[in-house]
Amino acid sequence: MFSAQDLQALWLTLRLAATVTVLLLVLGMPLAWWLAHTHSRWRRPVAAVVALPLVLPPTVLGFYLLMLLGPEGAVGRLIAAAGLSALPFTFRGLVVASMLYSLPFVVQPLQNAFEAIGQRPLDVAATLGAGPLDRFCSIALPLALPGVVTATVLGFAHTVGEFGVVLMIGGNIPGQTRVMSMLIYDHVQAGEYHQAHVLSLCLLLVSFLALLAMSLLRPGRHPHD
Amino acid sequence: MTDSQRGLDAKLAWRRGALALDVDFALPPRGITALFGPSGAGKTTCLRAIAGLERGAAGRVSFGDTVWQDDAHRAFLPAHRRRIGYVFQEASLFTHRSVAGNLEFGFRRAGRPAHLDRDGLIDEFGVRALLHRRVGALSGGERQRVAMVRALLADPCLLLFDEPLSALDALARSELLGCLERLHAKLSVPMVYVSHNIDEVARLADHLVLMDAGHVVAQGALQTTLTRLDLPPSLAGAMGAVIEGSVVGYEAHDQLIEVDFPGGRLWLPYRHEVVGQALRCRIGARDVVLATAPGGGSSALNDIHCRVVAMADADHPSQCLVQLDAGGCPLLARITRRSWHALALAPGKEVWAQVKAVAVGA
Repeated sequence: MFSAQDLQALWLTLRLAATVTVLLLVLGMPLAWWLAHTHSRWRRPVAAVVALPLVLPPTVLGFYLLMLLGPEGAVGRLIAAAGLSALPFTFRGLVVASMLYSLPFVVQPLQNAFEAIGQRPLDVAATLGAGPLDRFCSIALPLALPGVVTATVLGFAHTVGEFGVVLMIGGNIPGQTRVMSMLIYDHVQAGEYHQAHVLSLCLLLVSFLALLAMSLLRPGRHPHD
Repeated sequence: MTDSQRGLDAKLAWRRGALALDVDFALPPRGITALFGPSGAGKTTCLRAIAGLERGAAGRVSFGDTVWQDDAHRAFLPAHRRRIGYVFQEASLFTHRSVAGNLEFGFRRAGRPAHLDRDGLIDEFGVRALLHRRVGALSGGERQRVAMVRALLADPCLLLFDEPLSALDALARSELLGCLERLHAKLSVPMVYVSHNIDEVARLADHLVLMDAGHVVAQGALQTTLTRLDLPPSLAGAMGAVIEGSVVGYEAHDQLIEVDFPGGRLWLPYRHEVVGQALRCRIGARDVVLATAPGGGSSALNDIHCRVVAMADADHPSQCLVQLDAGGCPLLARITRRSWHALALAPGKEVWAQVKAVAVGA
């Protein structure tokens, strides 16, 4: 049912989504915590930047990234000066671009979850002798678990489904940057509707299962809470 | 724990919303100090500042020989290193842990000190049957009892209780008051108890800090502070005497108990007290009627012989506050100025205080 190139694209897509999700959880956690607790005047501007990918056409984001990361771009030159290979049209470049693209889908659920906990449980934990890191690990994280699950599922599913950003910064290199959505596009262009159907159905199932898992993994509601 | 004679010293000033706070008090190293005042006086904010949870508060806080905060020297000990046991107004149990998990939280971080009688405390507060329950399934009173044991198990050197009974119904409140009274008797660390319920304060506190509009208006021993004549009108309802006596008799026919205190004898309604039991009660200034002769023609059962000490303005121009001395016990009466003149009262004069009502606990 799947051709070799289908499987290659599937594997690449899952690898990309997993990498991006893990990195975003690690980096997005402190950012979400800061957004939930800071009184800084930078909070709103930063929150707006985090939300940008929600409204920006992915091609615009991809275009600017291409300009920025390309050999003539500011970041591209820095990377070249550091002796590293250029990012565009590589898997690493795709990871960087996807992280920016999926940022709000991870940060916002985390931020909402942290805000919902409020200051009280953290104050209580402090009076019981728990230091800041202890409070985060033993109180904030367990209480924010539904938010973490949502962030993980949304981040993963959103990365799996991206197209425009990949088109701009990734190109369509088999095994490197040709992800599922690209391959579907290729199949349709070539008139191979059957293969396009199979892959599309695959993505549809992944998305549905992700959302189902999200609602199942949420702790049940208790009438007395 | 420190053995020095110094307890908590705090001198702090800050703004919170519309309220400007400026407090300065020194609490003894033993016993329960009530932080009492009307709602909005800044009591809770003050307690949070002592705990180190109110970062806006500037000044100096020390406990025993340990400096907790000294802004002149840029010193600030964060809350988690102050070894305090804080009980919040609402129980604030951790909802992701069972009752046992909640109790364990502070106990483990305190290093499971051997001198704490964990099982004893659990039984004392009646939470043994709740240990494996989910927090969400507890009643308000049960939650607050768990919160108290949790605070005590963190091996605190100072307990801070913020109106722990105010959200409870009357039954749960009186149950917990009993627990707190027993705790008071064997408590080795000092406690600051915030309340706006004077009967609760009268039953538990040894010392009193009176707050009004962000300021400390008076502080000192419970009995003498509540019978001062210079308290602001907002505290008028709280003024009165707190006497400590013991039950010496019970008359089953009239359902009355007889209470002996240094200033005389009181007959009070029987409420399951036993002879020999120590009893604290509060006689509000508004519940005292003065007479120049004993007894006779009055339904008031209690007639206490005392001497007028001083008189001052009360919260209404028609009224005055009379400070009395009954065998060393201070009493307070709020009477009309007209009566003061009609009875020709003056400091030093003998009077009989007829007590209309006595509050025994809450």
